[in-house]
Amino acid sequence: MDLGQFLAIFISAVFIYNVILSRFLGLCSFIAISKETKPALAMSLAVMFVITMSSMLTWFIYRFLLIPFNLTYLRTISFILVIATFVQLVEMVIRKIAPAMYRFFGIYLPLITVNCAVLGVAVLNIDMFFINGKAVQGSFYYSAFQGVCVGLGYTLAMLLMSGIRERLELCNVPKAMKDFPLGFVIAAILSLSFMGFNGFKF
Amino acid sequence: MKKLLSEFFKGIIKENPTFVLALGLCPTLAVSVSVINGIGMGVAATFVLLGSNMIIALIKNFIPARIRIPCYIVVIATFVTIAELAMKAYSPILDRALGIYVPLIVVNCIVLGRAEAYACKNSLVNSFMDGLGMGVGFTLALILISGIREFLGAGTILGHTVVKGFEPVFVMGMPSGALLLIGLLLGFFNLAKRRN
Repeated sequence: MDLGQFLAIFISAVFIYNVILSRFLGLCSFIAISKETKPALAMSLAVMFVITMSSMLTWFIYRFLLIPFNLTYLRTISFILVIATFVQLVEMVIRKIAPAMYRFFGIYLPLITVNCAVLGVAVLNIDMFFINGKAVQGSFYYSAFQGVCVGLGYTLAMLLMSGIRERLELCNVPKAMKDFPLGFVIAAILSLSFMGFNGFKF
Repeated sequence: MKKLLSEFFKGIIKENPTFVLALGLCPTLAVSVSVINGIGMGVAATFVLLGSNMIIALIKNFIPARIRIPCYIVVIATFVTIAELAMKAYSPILDRALGIYVPLIVVNCIVLGRAEAYACKNSLVNSFMDGLGMGVGFTLALILISGIREFLGAGTILGHTVVKGFEPVFVMGMPSGALLLIGLLLGFFNLAKRRN
């Protein structure tokens, strides 16, 4: 475990391989909920929390259940079930103990189950931090940190996009390009500027 | 018979999952760098759609309504695992090219969307045709997008040079090229719809 590795994970997850603009994970929610800044922020925070927690959960499942019993081919099924259950649980807990917070982002929680970013990061962690079925040293911390960083990258892209789209509401755009199509063109320009981080070397 | 054919053809144009319903865009954009990747993803998704639609149509009467979504996800994940293992065994190169997007078919909204909107209310044969049509529609959309991207981004189609001396537009092979193309295509389809 060294600090350089954490820095590398941070830069690559937030900027170079931004979860939305470069890996295309969570694109549906990105286009659908980025019309205004406040819901966009709520959704981003919810996604960040769920991704971080599910990164840790799936690490435990892979390391202590699937590898010892030689069941690694059940990765996809077990991960998606754990994520779906976990999201349901979070929703119930938040509704019970923090009704104000539930009103703030409760409606976005069910959407996260089918947000490909969550499963995508879980699978990515396994691909990156397990070599030949063995955990790399410090892989648990790397996985959890990558979860946080991907969440930050998601938040960054959401805030940029919603800020731009709030302004676009005031503009007169071609009718055929309104909403989704224009959203994708803007995302393309954002992604183009994020490509500038590609040359980063450590 | 006529009804079955219309179930099949609606997925290709009228309810095309990519262009009309705008579902499952993540894998569409991510793997469409080359036509062969697009076809691989299309075939894998079609297999999963067919399998899950058929199984769900068969067991729809035994699933309690409250927990139907988790049940659908388990069925879908099973077929995704089959596709994943088969691809690893028979076409490791394609498996490496598609990477994490193969397991991500589980969360592809097309598959769950058809289970929830169609297979849980219709018969086995109808669901089969629906799955087949949606799968073929998805594959055709992938071929269209990946064809444009491969031609503009690398100057080739299926790895063969098409026009001699064509200077490739590098950005079309990058993620931003995919986003730009899908934005323009969706705009174009909107325009066509408004003209009609």
